[in-house]
Amino acid sequence: MSRRLAPGGTVAFVGLLVLLLALPAVSSSYFVDFVMTRTMMLGLAAATIVFLAKYGGMISLAQLLFFGIAGFMYGNAALESGARGLNLGWDPWVAVVFALGVATAVALLLGAIASRTTGIYFLMLTLVYGVIGFFFFAQVITISGPGGVTSIAPPDLFSEPVRLYYAGVVLSALAYAGFRAIGGTPFGLALQGIRDDPVRMASLGFNVPLHRTLAFTAAAFVAAVAGLLNVWWNGQIDPASVSIGPTLVLLIIAVIGGISYFEGAWLGAFVYLLANNYMRQLPLVDRIGIREDRFNTVIGVLVLVIMVLSPEGLAGIAAKAGGSLRRTGRRSPSGPSAAAGTAGERTEQPDREPARTTGTGEPSPATPTTKGTVE
Amino acid sequence: MSAHAETERRAGQDPATGQRSGVLRRLPVWGLRLILLLAAAWVLFFARDTPAGPAIVDPGRFAVTVLDGLTFAGLLFVVASGFTLIFGLMRTVNMAHGSLFLLSGYIAIRLQQTMVGRSRNIAPTDVTVLDWIVPLLVGAAVAAVFGVVMQQVFLRWNQGQELRQALITLAISIVLADQMLREFGGLAVTMVWPGDVTHFLTILGQRYATSRLFMLGVALVVGALLWLWLSRTRMGMVIRAGVDDEEMVRALGINVTLVFAVTFFVGSFLAGMGGVMGASFAGAATGSDGSWLLNSLIVVIIGGLGSIKGAVAGSVLYGMVIAFSPSYLPSRYTFYSIIFTFVLLALVLAARPYGLFGRPA
Repeated sequence: MSRRLAPGGTVAFVGLLVLLLALPAVSSSYFVDFVMTRTMMLGLAAATIVFLAKYGGMISLAQLLFFGIAGFMYGNAALESGARGLNLGWDPWVAVVFALGVATAVALLLGAIASRTTGIYFLMLTLVYGVIGFFFFAQVITISGPGGVTSIAPPDLFSEPVRLYYAGVVLSALAYAGFRAIGGTPFGLALQGIRDDPVRMASLGFNVPLHRTLAFTAAAFVAAVAGLLNVWWNGQIDPASVSIGPTLVLLIIAVIGGISYFEGAWLGAFVYLLANNYMRQLPLVDRIGIREDRFNTVIGVLVLVIMVLSPEGLAGIAAKAGGSLRRTGRRSPSGPSAAAGTAGERTEQPDREPARTTGTGEPSPATPTTKGTVE
Repeated sequence: MSAHAETERRAGQDPATGQRSGVLRRLPVWGLRLILLLAAAWVLFFARDTPAGPAIVDPGRFAVTVLDGLTFAGLLFVVASGFTLIFGLMRTVNMAHGSLFLLSGYIAIRLQQTMVGRSRNIAPTDVTVLDWIVPLLVGAAVAAVFGVVMQQVFLRWNQGQELRQALITLAISIVLADQMLREFGGLAVTMVWPGDVTHFLTILGQRYATSRLFMLGVALVVGALLWLWLSRTRMGMVIRAGVDDEEMVRALGINVTLVFAVTFFVGSFLAGMGGVMGASFAGAATGSDGSWLLNSLIVVIIGGLGSIKGAVAGSVLYGMVIAFSPSYLPSRYTFYSIIFTFVLLALVLAARPYGLFGRPA
């Protein structure tokens, strides 16, 4: 079956999970509410970027759109009365199903259109998707309009903020484990094969666009779940929250963390939110002219430095450090395969190991093209 | 590389393509024609209850809408041709293209205010043609120099790593946007057209601003110069050769590094020119950078990345959609016009995944 986490990895994963679940007992509620809950939401959404990049070689900038669609749809369906929106007044859980359904259906359509493009074309096309989505919500006043939908209440289950945090942790853990498990299924292996050599996979009878479309749709579903958490946490959603700026922020989160590491998504979100919340409290920051309102410059420079020095991001740096410690033993869970997936360009970095297609332990009958395909 | 790209393209299509019947393969094309036909019929005869009305009833509005589309297409072409020129030769997707656009617009506005000697309430009659042309050239030159510096410092050493370059330019665009907000503030500012071109003429009973036609004229001049440069000069020849086979050009002893720098200069210059034209046409404000990056992306995705011909086709198509969809939608649904941008994109990509004139990367 699928690859298992290395024993050490499982222990660390469970330990971290326990730690996160115990966190509200020991930490301030501000930290839990404003940093950790949002880390879980944004990390979950950013993990879908990682999923597509790592397994499919597709860097998607449309993930925040699905995040937003779910929020808008929930707001329209669940509100009974309000200044804007359709105010359908449905039961919250029906609204949840509706929101996820709409986001997934839209993703199926958009994914089908984008499935024949790859690489840089895919990046540009999904950016266009995201921005068109922003204009759609900003202009269509029956659904949202520029002011957005306000005073959205979560289902009763999440009436306390800390429960949203728990939901974020649980869903993140599920998504993390689920995404990793998909990597070992026949579908995931085929997807990685398509990333490395679409021609070969097509000639073996795999339906290349279909695999890409389905991966895109699955990722959008998870992003929509994160979007629901976000709208419950926020209580409102407006088009500005899905505009080009936040769209790039989500990509930046994935890039900071390391776009080929699932851990990196949450790590990146955590670092981003820490900086966002606490940077102004650092000593000397004012002195060198970095104020809160110049936050974007700091983030931009940070991304620039990461892209110039180490495109693998923080998780990549950590894995490299960890990897050199236990070079002798097993291969690390997500080292080389991740590197190969980063950009869909297998040989861009001389210091990389040759691309090993999946990095899975056992060869499986569904991986006809696993061996490194170095031409 | 190109052989690989060729196979990649075939694989990108339905693997069953070989067995698909001709009818099925032609389906998107026929669908496209049918939709175009229906749209034309709608605009000509049936578009009642729309802001413009059917074209046979109100030919003036129709003519004005066509002109709106064409003039906007001119501006789109100036901006997008720079984007596609850079991509065609270097495979660099310059996500900071919109930032260069806005930077140049801001600088030109500052310079124009200095030249006129007033910072607000500038009337077109105060502005001579020189007060417009000089800021245009200076703004575009600043954008061009910035673009070359960016390319030399951040992009030269990782040539070929498309996604890394895209992310680097993305980061630069974020920093630039923030710094421009600090320097120029968040309020929209406008560049003023020279008084000599701001008149109105009457076309089939509709008044039309000559400044828009002037903009189209500038775009045509830019297009003609670009075409002459690419097709009649040695440098242009080298660039076209580089688009087709960069390694061969290198092997022939041509200094490709210099050619790259020149191309980046010209591409950024075009972004800057577009920025000044755009600032005169619709003003410069925070967020213009993002929306013009989007406009460039849409044009080149429709037309095909790296093709100047594609930039013309993409600009005209997109400009027409932008002009027609709000005018010829039923008045109650005008705000859905943004959907037609998406429909255009989807139709073109369904028929040709790499754009009308594009080739797979």
